Amino acid sequence: MKIHISNGRVIDPANQFDRPADVFIARGRIVAVGDAPAGWGHDGANATIDASNCIVCPGLVDLAARLREPGFEYRATLESEMAAAAAGGVTRLACPPDTDPPLDEPGLVEMLRHRARLPGFAHVHPVGALTVQLKGERLTEMAELAEAGCVAFDQANRAIVDTQVLLRAMQYAANFGFAVWLQALDPFLARKGVAHDGEVAARLGLVGIPVVAETIALTTILQLARETGVRLHLRRISSAAGLDMIVAARAAGIAVTCDVTINHLHLCDQDIGYFNPHARLDPPLRAPSDRDALRAGLASGAIDALCSDHTPVDDDAKQTPFDEAEVGATGLELLLPLTLKWASEMNLPLVKALARVTTDPARILGSSCGDGAGTLAVGAPADVCVFDPHASLRVTRENLKSQGKNTPFLGAELKGRVRCTLIEGHLAHDGAFA
Amino acid sequence: MTDVVLAPQPAGNPQLNAHGELQHLITLDGLSREIITAILDTAQPFTEVAEREVKKLPLLRGKSVFNLFFENSTRTRTTFEIAAKRLSADVINLNINTSSAAKGESLLDTVDNLAAMQADMFVVRHGSSGAPHLIAQHLAATGRDYIHIVNAGDGRHAHPTQGLLDMYTIRHYKQDFTRLTVAVVGDLLHSRVARSQIHALLALGVPEVRVIGPSTLLPTGVARMGGNGGKGKLRVFHDMREGLKGVDVVMMLRLQNERMQGALLPSAQEYFKYYGLTPEKLALAKPDAIVMHPGPMNRGIEIDSAVADGAHSVILPQVTFGIAVRMAVMSMLAGN
Repeated sequence: MKIHISNGRVIDPANQFDRPADVFIARGRIVAVGDAPAGWGHDGANATIDASNCIVCPGLVDLAARLREPGFEYRATLESEMAAAAAGGVTRLACPPDTDPPLDEPGLVEMLRHRARLPGFAHVHPVGALTVQLKGERLTEMAELAEAGCVAFDQANRAIVDTQVLLRAMQYAANFGFAVWLQALDPFLARKGVAHDGEVAARLGLVGIPVVAETIALTTILQLARETGVRLHLRRISSAAGLDMIVAARAAGIAVTCDVTINHLHLCDQDIGYFNPHARLDPPLRAPSDRDALRAGLASGAIDALCSDHTPVDDDAKQTPFDEAEVGATGLELLLPLTLKWASEMNLPLVKALARVTTDPARILGSSCGDGAGTLAVGAPADVCVFDPHASLRVTRENLKSQGKNTPFLGAELKGRVRCTLIEGHLAHDGAFA
Repeated sequence: MTDVVLAPQPAGNPQLNAHGELQHLITLDGLSREIITAILDTAQPFTEVAEREVKKLPLLRGKSVFNLFFENSTRTRTTFEIAAKRLSADVINLNINTSSAAKGESLLDTVDNLAAMQADMFVVRHGSSGAPHLIAQHLAATGRDYIHIVNAGDGRHAHPTQGLLDMYTIRHYKQDFTRLTVAVVGDLLHSRVARSQIHALLALGVPEVRVIGPSTLLPTGVARMGGNGGKGKLRVFHDMREGLKGVDVVMMLRLQNERMQGALLPSAQEYFKYYGLTPEKLALAKPDAIVMHPGPMNRGIEIDSAVADGAHSVILPQVTFGIAVRMAVMSMLAGN
């Protein structure tokens, strides 16, 4: 199968490439950007995609997307969420271990990888559980899990309370060169909390989670990372103070990367409005000043990547009072438009903004996800997103392919519509050329 | 039917209709001085109904009021029941404690079932902040917002009729809100009553509201909590003696026993010593100060019996006014 994507503006952040060019694909790989490669032949392509007025960029790489398999199939299935990924231009995603049962055994990881290995499905990279059943007590068989396909090890949203276990987990991961991904949240300070501990929570009578719940956990994690030399990635940073600590740790020589979610990049505690259960997120949406610091931090590179933190939740679990609502928001289909919204509001060149959802998260996934992830370089897998930056997407229940209709952006009109998504040269989503 | 329930958040205040009139009473946050004053004015003649031989008015004749209590309460439920019956409504009491909710039926399923029984008004008490908002949005999204909701207390969020009856009481004894200094004392963190009181006091033009309590029982950001665009200021005191100096009104809050179990407070004895209202501390307030309490009181914990039963106490009149205020709210929302 040979595909010719013509007349588009090609943006490949990994190579600082941003200009009109054609892209040529053969046998699932990029074979040329610009002129047709030698031997493209007189017969030309089997298919041509006219990308006039569109941007052609690497397929998006998402560091956190819950597919809800195994265990939560009533909330979403692999099929529904893969369709959502493709519709959102996401071609590669990391899947957190908080499934049921958690991804703590190689067999579960192999099964998930096997189920996801279909033409047109995004590349799925499971993140293994750092401890058995995420209980924070015993280490998982990390080396076996890595062989089964885990790219990193994570505790999901369950903190390891016992600091000795955390130290050992980091030491053991570092021993094999594995990355440890953690969310910084002190479980005691966050106990029963449902919203940022500030004036909104005070006014609405919601139990608060203070910023120190993040910074105290960060202190512990960063000190242990320095001690063990582990490759550390901090997920879902929520506060300005937390970000400052990460920047300082990096300056002090600790190898650490971090990400922020699309929700925390655009929203703050005031967006809870009148108890909107869609704004019930983990970590909580924080103050406007925190959100502004996160936006600036992602622009400067202090924050490495932007993720969807995709969490489909069924309606029943959201149609409850705020404090009883399940946490999380659907996001795969909003990652691109919300990246563009941030870029436009911050006056950022697209080549820089798109780096945060392509080459930068691919770098965090590391070499275990294969060469050429998150770029359109010749020889890379033909994972491509073609989108119209001027066409808008109305976020409605009907328009979302994900089984989860839960997002605080419901009703919003966002610029940036995916026209087509290729995964290893397979047309995974076709929004305009059908 | 529209997209049901999880529609985007409505702009503006969800308890007001398109004409800016009260559709539901969910919170005092965001209610104007005009609306609050109108409710208090409406309540005024209802206080006289209680003194008549026949204590009934026909304003809600033929209407069904459902008391929907997801949290146990005898006192508040009874005052709503009396108020509705004095307005000639049919009253149905439902105690849906958490254990039956845990059997599976969701809050909105319960609401749908009762709405199908032709309810005109739900008086709702729920343990979760925001539950009445959820119900109001659900009814609006399903075209049934002719059913009115009165919040009888939700989590830590609001208890608007209590706030209103407190305002009625203050106006009865002190007339002009714009010359008062009012202290709210005790466990504000867990108190829906305090939140409603503060919004109402500032909306009515009280120039200085003092909140008094130990840091462990005050919400973060309490000083910035004032709303309603009033000019009044909120001042925070941790020293009760300092805070009570020269105040016109002392509003005590209930301290629940379970607060003693965590790390919030060391003991009831120490709390009483530093934050309990005694005659000696009350002497720091203005000589004609009034003392209020939403009940039920914990004598010897937040208030000394000598104060509760003393000359400054208006705690029992509060209860009497409470019925008139609830009649006013119900008749304004659903009156014939």
